[in-house]
Amino acid sequence: MWEALKRLYHRMGSPKWFYEISARWLPWFAIPAALFMIVGTVWGLAFAPADYQQGNSFRIIYIHVPAAILAQSAYAMMAIAGAIYLIWRMKMAAWVAAAIAPIGASFCFIALITGAIWGKPTWGTWWVWDARLTSMLLLLFLYFGVMALQKAMDTEDTSAKAGAILSLVGLVNIPIIKYSVEWWNTLHQPATLKLTEESTMAMDMLIPLLIMIVGFYLLFATLIFMRTRNSVLWHERKKNWVKKLVQVQAEK
Amino acid sequence: MSLVTATIKRDLVIAARNPGEWLNPLMFFLMVLALFPLAVDPDPKFLAKIAAGVVWVAALLATLLSLDALFKADVEDGTLEQWLASGESLYAMALGKVFVHWCISGLPLTLVAPLLALMMNLPDDAYGALFFSLLLGTPILSLLGAVGAALTAGVRSGGLLLSLVILPLYIPILIFGASAVYHAGIEMEYAGQLGFLASFLCISMTLTPFAVAGALKLNLSR
Repeated sequence: MWEALKRLYHRMGSPKWFYEISARWLPWFAIPAALFMIVGTVWGLAFAPADYQQGNSFRIIYIHVPAAILAQSAYAMMAIAGAIYLIWRMKMAAWVAAAIAPIGASFCFIALITGAIWGKPTWGTWWVWDARLTSMLLLLFLYFGVMALQKAMDTEDTSAKAGAILSLVGLVNIPIIKYSVEWWNTLHQPATLKLTEESTMAMDMLIPLLIMIVGFYLLFATLIFMRTRNSVLWHERKKNWVKKLVQVQAEK
Repeated sequence: MSLVTATIKRDLVIAARNPGEWLNPLMFFLMVLALFPLAVDPDPKFLAKIAAGVVWVAALLATLLSLDALFKADVEDGTLEQWLASGESLYAMALGKVFVHWCISGLPLTLVAPLLALMMNLPDDAYGALFFSLLLGTPILSLLGAVGAALTAGVRSGGLLLSLVILPLYIPILIFGASAVYHAGIEMEYAGQLGFLASFLCISMTLTPFAVAGALKLNLSR
């Protein structure tokens, strides 16, 4: 098992191998992603029962919660990919980390926007300084910081390393930020604005949500594969195998 | 004398001969504080309510502005290469540089803040909390900020980038610092907040020098 993992890791270091294998893997992520998201959306929007307090407006949860979960785990993945680059100097890891940043930020943004839209009918306002909203906003700021830093560096290597160091510092800080915001919130505001807790959700509301979360993870994987493949082609554009690939495509 | 103590001494002498280095953040601190009564409301009761937060925000911004220059000169004139070539641990070097930065930015801010808080009509009971929260909090601001300063040292117009990168990381310190002062003002217990700040200080003192050292090395491969 360990040997197999090690072999996979070493192969992953080869951009060419990744490009070829990911072409075969891509449909196995993309098609289930579409299926899960279609089933989850239709089930969630049309068949799940309406909430007894919030009516139909709660249905935005089927986009809001998966996006929020993805935004958080994407940050961790970005930091881990960055650490792999810092420690073992594996170029693929740097490209994956760079591919994740804008996608994670987009999920974070989607979570904030859907949260605002959800907040209007349920809380009567677009934005409140609720602990979860605030820590999500700060996560978006962390993404912005990493992306701005990556853009500002003039070489590939420093850009990847600087982004990796910052995302690791951010990863250590995320729990601290999260708990301090929660602590701050309980002091400044009474906890009237609790969202429906997931564990207390009814089964027929929860199942489509779980389907959507799986669908979002698959979508995320698909997007990462696509962006990393693009990045492989761009970085290896002077290599023979890419030139051959382009020629074959052109002849077709 | 080791390289670290020599650098600390050199930087302190430079700061003593260029008073602007430590005076400018102080003046900035004063000016930002003056903006709030002008822009929001000069009513003493209102000021007393927002004083804790405003003083902390102003101290944070003043520290942030002074950070930009922390490693810039050393990167540009080749001192950084000499540090690396000397074999001295970059970890100790980073701690030394942060210590000097705190001496010329955080420490004066801490000493002056109670005086300026008078102008903001801070409640009488809050002065001790203000002093101690800044005393514990400003070194953390310098430590975390040093990571950003090291990352952006070689970047043109790195100042704004530095703020973007570092501000989100400052949030917990701002929350606990301001809340210690606020709670002292309404005669509540604030030892817990100071305890949190002290533990953050311990964590950041042990961990951030690694990140600073790693980020400094990036400036060589440029």
